[in-house]
Amino acid sequence: MSSKFHHGEETYHNYMMLTDEKIEELKLDPSKYNAQDIVAIDDKGAIDESVKVYDISITRNVIQMFIALALFTWIMLRIAKKYKNGHGVVSAPKGSQGLLEPVITFVRDEVAKPNLGRLSDRYLPFLLTIFFFILINNIFGLIPGSANVTGNIAFTVILGIIAFVVIIFSADSHYWLHIINPPGVPLGVKFILVPVEIISVFIKPFALIIRLFANMVAGHIIIICLISLIFIFANLSTYAGWGTAPFSIAFTIFIYLIEVLVAFLQAFIFTMLTAVFIGQAVEGKLHQHHQEHEDSMLA
Amino acid sequence: MTIMLDATANAGGAIGAGLAAVGAGIGIGQIGKGAVEAIARQPEVSNDIRGNMILTAALVEGAALFAIIVGFLAMVLK
Repeated sequence: MSSKFHHGEETYHNYMMLTDEKIEELKLDPSKYNAQDIVAIDDKGAIDESVKVYDISITRNVIQMFIALALFTWIMLRIAKKYKNGHGVVSAPKGSQGLLEPVITFVRDEVAKPNLGRLSDRYLPFLLTIFFFILINNIFGLIPGSANVTGNIAFTVILGIIAFVVIIFSADSHYWLHIINPPGVPLGVKFILVPVEIISVFIKPFALIIRLFANMVAGHIIIICLISLIFIFANLSTYAGWGTAPFSIAFTIFIYLIEVLVAFLQAFIFTMLTAVFIGQAVEGKLHQHHQEHEDSMLA
Repeated sequence: MTIMLDATANAGGAIGAGLAAVGAGIGIGQIGKGAVEAIARQPEVSNDIRGNMILTAALVEGAALFAIIVGFLAMVLK
């Protein structure tokens, strides 16, 4: 527990937390050690370089992810129980069912079915989870005082890696053969196309990562800058500060509304593009099934 | 000399981000133009067209935001 360090004043079991004063005191290299790093020390109190410390403290981002997870699970389980009890199956859905059923049906019919065809049921839990998790974290990030989870590159990198792993594991030989040897392409173009195709296997999840991260970060930076304008002008003169305030706040409200739209849009875009990439990887299985059906029909 | 290099890095990052914003504006403007013309020709499919327009706009904006991130990195990294 990082509270045992008492903000860097005590050592705990061969570990010590660095503070700015300690870094100056011990003449450590500022580019290697930052304040609040946890380092291992040996008996004499010098820093032991050979022990690597992995800092897995519960930060504000982690707490927000836990809260989003709890909220998400609670809502979904409640709605699932309602459906199991028979409400909304043969009668009209009520309450929170009415809120989520159009969204889930939208993801199933507009995002999963066009791209994945008959295999959409296999990937639908994954796509729905990604959509709602990104959406809830985006919306929480807009509340002043909360942590910007989706604006954190670590979070989006993990989402991108998970999507990448799903794409790789659902691709079959048909997909890889089409990358190495695209059909219907003249030989000269193949020399350019094959490296581009191989790189694009990695670039596509990378683009997903950067798109989500940059959109969320840009929105928050705009809001911070607009509000800071008030204080920047206030430094020049108090009246300039008061004068800027109405315009700045009006702009901020406008950008806030756009940010809510962007929150929904980015969750949808991430899910849609993941579905498209999985669809590209799974094409072989879909076509093969069609072929088998055709053969049996001919016979 | 290092001050000049620092200033050049900042200026380069800022100019790159600004050019990316111009590119995004032109691209999304053309998407909007195509979408509005298509709706004018056939108003009953305006829902489909609106969905496609928003999807394509988000993709183009993703490309612009790549450049903004790179501009920011140019300013921050040494």
